[in-house]
Amino acid sequence: MSDAKRFLYVNRKAPYGTIYALESLEVVLIGAAFEQDVSLAFLDDGVFELVKDQNTEELGVKNFSPTYKALGDYDVNKIYVEKESLEARGLTIDDLQHLTYEDEDDDWAEKDSIRVVTAAELAEIMEAQDIVLSF
Amino acid sequence: MKFSVLVSEGPYTHEAADTAYNFTKAALDKGHEIFRVFFYHDGVNNGTRLASPPQDDRNITARWTALAKEHDLDLVLCVAAAQRRGIADADEAKRNGKDADNIAEGFRISGLGQLIEAGIEADRLVTFGD
Repeated sequence: MSDAKRFLYVNRKAPYGTIYALESLEVVLIGAAFEQDVSLAFLDDGVFELVKDQNTEELGVKNFSPTYKALGDYDVNKIYVEKESLEARGLTIDDLQHLTYEDEDDDWAEKDSIRVVTAAELAEIMEAQDIVLSF
Repeated sequence: MKFSVLVSEGPYTHEAADTAYNFTKAALDKGHEIFRVFFYHDGVNNGTRLASPPQDDRNITARWTALAKEHDLDLVLCVAAAQRRGIADADEAKRNGKDADNIAEGFRISGLGQLIEAGIEADRLVTFGD
């Protein structure tokens, strides 16, 4: 793992309306098999991707949001949501899915995957990456 | 330097498809290495040989094919994105029961793992999209 690269997937678009959110998630799930250091960031309309209780019945589009629940099982457990983007859209963390993972270094304790960070903190997180893929 | 390139938008609609080509060509001309060019989202539409743009305009796909031939470039279309958008090689067409394939010479279809590998192996992964 020592030579693993730091991958950050940046999600900036609403879950439906364009395909970027879905195809971003597909990259994350495939990429998880490569044992790299993976983080996800949700900002701008991308924060809507994590909103809970999505219902796409009337859109006629597949609701892929339950798939985010699987990220913890893929060891994808650093999920950053930008505070300013939530606030600008009248959302709080309580509007989002509760995403968790089991920490193998802490007796498999269940922990929260989502961390709300400021834009300034997110800039630092981006700065620390090797690869930033923006969707 | 060793670059990988990600192309996220389709040809003609988005200049990103042109800029990706111009960047790749410029990097090669300067003596850099291109590990791989990976096409995702509508970017896979850059790899159809059935496009017939007006003769007085550039042919984006033919341009990639020529560059690939000249520099032994690895041009990879994402299989999942290609299946959604109707881009197929002979194997994919057969597997999915289609009556034709349309992939252009110099391109190949493979999985998203090739994008992750492109990021791991290159010094820089450069994205061209919106």
